[in-house]
Amino acid sequence: MKSKFAIFAIITFALLSWGLYEALVAAPTEATMGQVQRIFYVHVPCAWVMLLCFPANFLASIAYLAKRNPALDALAVSTAEVGVVFCTIVLLTGPIWGKPAWGVWWAWDPRLTSTLVLWLIYVSYLILRKFSTGGPNATLAAALAIFGCVDAIFVWFAIRWFRGQHPSPVFGSGPNSGIDPRMLHAFFVNMAAYTAFGILLVWLRFVLERTRQKVEEAHAMKALAGTARGTR
Amino acid sequence: MKFLYAAYIITWVVLIGYIAILTIGFKRLQDDVRDLER
Repeated sequence: MKSKFAIFAIITFALLSWGLYEALVAAPTEATMGQVQRIFYVHVPCAWVMLLCFPANFLASIAYLAKRNPALDALAVSTAEVGVVFCTIVLLTGPIWGKPAWGVWWAWDPRLTSTLVLWLIYVSYLILRKFSTGGPNATLAAALAIFGCVDAIFVWFAIRWFRGQHPSPVFGSGPNSGIDPRMLHAFFVNMAAYTAFGILLVWLRFVLERTRQKVEEAHAMKALAGTARGTR
Repeated sequence: MKFLYAAYIITWVVLIGYIAILTIGFKRLQDDVRDLER
């Protein structure tokens, strides 16, 4: 298991280095926005990982409610936490790109607003997980995960359904959509790199959560054994 | 250029910060396991 993780980590860091080179050096400079357009190669892949994590959290939460397997609960919390990390990056890099491109840091556009709401939902989810204990905890968290997943779907479709400040999809939105093949190459390398990094972080967080669950269980068993000795 | 660098630096600060938090989590769990074994 450890060697598999190490091999995957090496591949991920090689991909990330390649992605960084493609984004900052190899990709051509965009004609209208100039150098700042290179934020695209980090902003969009991070949004992609975020939109993979939240539906995965939803599926894991539902599966946990059905099967009550602690490993599924660990997967749910891992995907939610990694999703929040990537959502934070999206919410930080977006305004940094928005300021030179639009002239404002933030606009209450459907995609931007729904992404902020998504971040708030999942931060609430993590706070709920952190500070509540007992049976209804997982059920409440799963209910929040349903809201979160609905909002994640809304985030995905917001630029297709509404016209706002955020640009339309780069791919598949009419005859004038699409980008230069060299940009496309840099984009796909970065998509692969950040997806692999997202998987790596979920893997790491999952192992941490499973270990924490086992330690908690061992503490409970030890306490029970102590109580049993005390009553004898 | 400053916006471009800011975006990349912030991204990596967040990601490395998260890895650091996970590392601290692992260290604390190791201490817990050691306490349990005693």
